[in-house]
Amino acid sequence: MTLHGEWLAGSELIAQRSAPTGAPATSGRTGGRTGTTGAAEPAAPAGGPGGTSRFNVASEEDLLTVRHAVRAATVEAGFGLVDQTRIVTAASELARNAYVHGGGGSLEIEMLTRGGRRGLRLTVRDDGPGIRDLDEALTDGFTTGSGLGHGLGGARRLMHEFQVHSVPGEGTTVVVARWNDR
Amino acid sequence: MTAPRATGVPILRLGDVLVTGLLNELDDQSAVAFTDELTERIAGDGARGVLIDISRLEIIDSFVARTLMELTTMARLLGARVIVAGMRPAVAITLVELGLQLTGVETALNAEQGLTALGWHRMPRPPGEARRDAPR
Amino acid sequence: MNTSESSVRDRLCEALREREEEIADRWVRLQLEQAVLSTDMSEHEVREEADLLISALAAGLASDVPVERLVTSRNELRQTVIELSLRRARAGASPTATSMAVLSLKEALLSAVQHTTRDSAELFSAAILVNRLLDAAGVLSFETYVEGREEIIQRQSRQLLEVSTPVVRLWRHVLAVPLIGTLDTARTQVVMESLLQAIQDNEAQVAIIDITGVPAVDTAVAQHLMHTVNAVRLMGADCVISGIRPPIAQTIAQLGIDLSTILTRATLADALAAAIQLTDQPAVGQDAGTARSVTA
Repeated sequence: MTLHGEWLAGSELIAQRSAPTGAPATSGRTGGRTGTTGAAEPAAPAGGPGGTSRFNVASEEDLLTVRHAVRAATVEAGFGLVDQTRIVTAASELARNAYVHGGGGSLEIEMLTRGGRRGLRLTVRDDGPGIRDLDEALTDGFTTGSGLGHGLGGARRLMHEFQVHSVPGEGTTVVVARWNDR
Repeated sequence: MTAPRATGVPILRLGDVLVTGLLNELDDQSAVAFTDELTERIAGDGARGVLIDISRLEIIDSFVARTLMELTTMARLLGARVIVAGMRPAVAITLVELGLQLTGVETALNAEQGLTALGWHRMPRPPGEARRDAPR
Repeated sequence: MNTSESSVRDRLCEALREREEEIADRWVRLQLEQAVLSTDMSEHEVREEADLLISALAAGLASDVPVERLVTSRNELRQTVIELSLRRARAGASPTATSMAVLSLKEALLSAVQHTTRDSAELFSAAILVNRLLDAAGVLSFETYVEGREEIIQRQSRQLLEVSTPVVRLWRHVLAVPLIGTLDTARTQVVMESLLQAIQDNEAQVAIIDITGVPAVDTAVAQHLMHTVNAVRLMGADCVISGIRPPIAQTIAQLGIDLSTILTRATLADALAAAIQLTDQPAVGQDAGTARSVTA
């Protein structure tokens, strides 16, 4: 899985909103699989091996499971109630996108630490048809399925960092992160 | 429109008002089933008002928001007024940031105020009984 | 990596192993001489840091990672540099002093190498190697320092925010937030959170946001205000904005911001009167009732 590499290099990298501190989002990382690879800051001690856990999104029940897991991770990272709600809502939007449009996929939760701040990164992948026009998909009101079309655009507004990579016919990967301001 | 009671969400009837609430663990299918069931009840019972308590919802994403908006529209077409009551502060903030206004949906702070708005009052105090107008 | 580089690297490793004490001593002395230390750190602490960093460097050089990437990719080394820099940031040292301290290790290292060889070509290669190695450390140290300070600043401004936005109860079911000073995203979020929480706690029906003390309003601030008002409405309460001074009214008009769906009043007193009227409305028999329509 070399998606990260491709997508950092590729021209399809769009819509990156940096964290308040101007985080160099996901640079220097190689294939974001389990374990902290590459630029190694030890991830927050708790939260599974290497601070990363991964869930399948293949059924409606999985959507609930993912929500629970993300909620638990936000609590562990010390987020306040409103931030918890923002992150779980964003996760719900993205996981539903992967399930409804992508025909199922996976969601990965990573604990982050940088300069004493803690954060959470979610990576949602699917192997679905991909998004033909990303700009359009990020526009409010655009939808190809159920929902209000706020999935992508809404998730972007709720998080500090947002990246999406999509190749028609090959699937979509969305990476979002939020830092704890407390 | 078969399979009534598929959701297990109770819908109570108080005169011409239906009272119900959404649970946090609502999955998409149950949400759809709930919408169907509630719409049928509004028509069947000739309800003029519907109170939906959402104080237990820990998140509202675009799907749930859409469900609430559709419910409101359908109920209105059937002649009933819907009030959504008890949205949590964190949920309200997130919804606004998500860009969802729940256009057309009436809201109330809690179920009691929602019911009052739908025309329900506390019973007038029976003689000799203690004051009951403390909140809640 | 060519053979001469690897031989120089071996030489450096050897120097680090055999002259560890000497290098550490010299580095500490250099730092003290250059007065790059803040008063908060004792010589003993500096010495401890030196020992840690030097042993991390020795371990790193013994691996086969290219020198340029040693500091960023060897975890132990990276962590040591980060901790050293953070400690100094907290102790109040300047960022220049902090990275200068790291860079002065170059001199200590090179003088140790000088003891092991007299070959000038080899010494030259060693100097280049040490430069490449420690420049990365200097940069990392600088970055970490800045991040560390930023963290402190953020924490402080957050604390400041929380005290600067009190929500007060003005009347039965009426709350108010007097805003003073510049509004930005972070502040508005804190205001919004504490206001909504207070609405729930007090079962408030009307929230007044008084912006008499806000010097200017731009598109972003107006947007934040709209968000707050919408969130209040979603909870089932009403919102009144008061204290819009003439210049701000002008700005809003010029920016073409649509505040038409928001109830506004000139003064806090007017807003309170309006709020009381809203709460006194008999809920029954009126379409608006206590439940507010969120129609935009």
